Amino acid sequence: MSRFLSELDVAARLGLLIVLGFLAAVFVGPFIIPYSEVEIVGSVFSPPSLDHWLGTDNVGRDLLARILAGGQMTVIISFLATCGAFAIGVPLGIVSAIMGGWFDLIVTRIVDALMAFPGLILALIMLSALGTSLPALLLVMSVLSSTIVFRLTRAVAADVAAMEYIEIARLRGENMRWFLFKEVLPNVVPTLLTEFGLRFVYAAILISSLSFLGIGVQPPHADLGGMVKENSLAITFGRMAPILPALALAILAIGINLVVDGLLKRNADLDLHK
Amino acid sequence: MADNSIQALVLKRLASGLVTLLIVSLLVFVGTEILPGDVAQAVLGQQATPEAVQAIRDQLGLERPAAVRYLEWLADFALGDLGTSLVSGREISEMIGQRLSNTFFLAAVAAVIAIPLSVGLGLLAALYEGRPTDKGISILTLIFVSLPDFLLGYILLLLGAVVLGWFPALSKLSDSMTFWQQLNAVALPCLTLALVTSSHTMRLTRAAVLSVMHQPYVEMAALKGASRKRIILRHALPNALSPILNIVMLTLAFLVVGVVVVEAVFNYAGMGRLMIDAVSKRDMPLVQACGLIFASVYVLLNLTADILSLLTNPRRRRPK
Repeated sequence: MSRFLSELDVAARLGLLIVLGFLAAVFVGPFIIPYSEVEIVGSVFSPPSLDHWLGTDNVGRDLLARILAGGQMTVIISFLATCGAFAIGVPLGIVSAIMGGWFDLIVTRIVDALMAFPGLILALIMLSALGTSLPALLLVMSVLSSTIVFRLTRAVAADVAAMEYIEIARLRGENMRWFLFKEVLPNVVPTLLTEFGLRFVYAAILISSLSFLGIGVQPPHADLGGMVKENSLAITFGRMAPILPALALAILAIGINLVVDGLLKRNADLDLHK
Repeated sequence: MADNSIQALVLKRLASGLVTLLIVSLLVFVGTEILPGDVAQAVLGQQATPEAVQAIRDQLGLERPAAVRYLEWLADFALGDLGTSLVSGREISEMIGQRLSNTFFLAAVAAVIAIPLSVGLGLLAALYEGRPTDKGISILTLIFVSLPDFLLGYILLLLGAVVLGWFPALSKLSDSMTFWQQLNAVALPCLTLALVTSSHTMRLTRAAVLSVMHQPYVEMAALKGASRKRIILRHALPNALSPILNIVMLTLAFLVVGVVVVEAVFNYAGMGRLMIDAVSKRDMPLVQACGLIFASVYVLLNLTADILSLLTNPRRRRPK
């Protein structure tokens, strides 16, 4: 672990600190803070005070408690959607790379078509039909995000599949499943890990944008994007209420991007040293 | 090798662009049809009486097979008939007209800011690779890439409209305004859009220019003693032109999608808000029309980028 840390640059270590701090805040914070995210504790849009560090929101709830709970919601949804994207993209990518032929052709064409589309627009179209239940949101986000996971996995797996030890395994007559899990997957993992970070940021910003537009997480639940929408009126009084939840999202995204950037640089360095 | 003449290649690319458009239209249509139940039921929700459901089913012609409805919809669309809205009962083409031009105005002004900004900064970062200028620009863009569009929007709104009071908080256009008044009205959303998209395209420009600068022929030119200016203008730029043109088109494509969130922040009456309203009211014909327009513009811009890159980069004319 310490060796792993020493290989990262300062910016990436800072990013790691931000991400861990954020996760600790949204998962432990709600137990420490004296207010719940649903109780009304003051007047509407009151400015920050000693009792309410970030002030109150559009119906007088403590904004800090709201942001911690909303951040937790955003993290959980984004994590599930990203896992969904990998659950779809990785197996399809590996199988496509190894099998080739018509299977590869069909899946690649579908993915190309999906990627010819602006993601947010496709999400809006699908959600207009499926409705905005949580399973529908997760499904749409997973499918949208899986296209890039598929392409990446397919490319990396194709590289790996062309190597000699794979050829030997093939000649030995190993079966497909052994092949995937013992030979191909371990070689794809480092690349996929950094991609997981990028996909997570994509998912977090997508779900927040959808919620901000009123088509994501529905009340009474709220994620960070929904809170921006709830509090948007406050901006005309010069209050920060809609900016703070958005800032929380940005901090998370910046933290993850810093770590991913550092990992990418480190992987590039390792490649050079080969 | 008559097959590889430039006209034939461009035609081939145009044809495949047309196929992409068809697939996209199919996706739009299928996307709104993937309901587990029935569109009419979903549109009405709680108020679904059997008569009301039947009325909508008749209006949408749901009794007929989906393939027939798709072809009809596509043919009508190509002829300019976008159908009627389920919610308001108005002609969709009438609802879209003004909003489409509002959105194009917004995107055009944003493009005028975004393209020089992103290409300029990208070049600057590439030329000073590894030095403080480059690192500064790179960290700044990494932060901007991570910012959600609405955060930038609200920060600019707070600064520009509330604190400084230079610009209106609601971006409303009307015909009685002069061009300068209109520009003033859209200044904040345009700036938001420009900043959001520039950070992406700046990173792409930097990477494109650097990959050219690391080519052996650039090193060769330097070894021959060519001046830095000559290397950049005579050797690097012609080769970087194709990726940069591509990036410019990509910026435009990003802009087209970026408008959806930015219009919501500034309450701007454009296509993005029309589509959001349609989605939340489940006005399927309107969703389909907006979706197809957004997607077509996006595909056409990408197609233009590809063709420009074919024209500016002779290497791409040879099959690998």
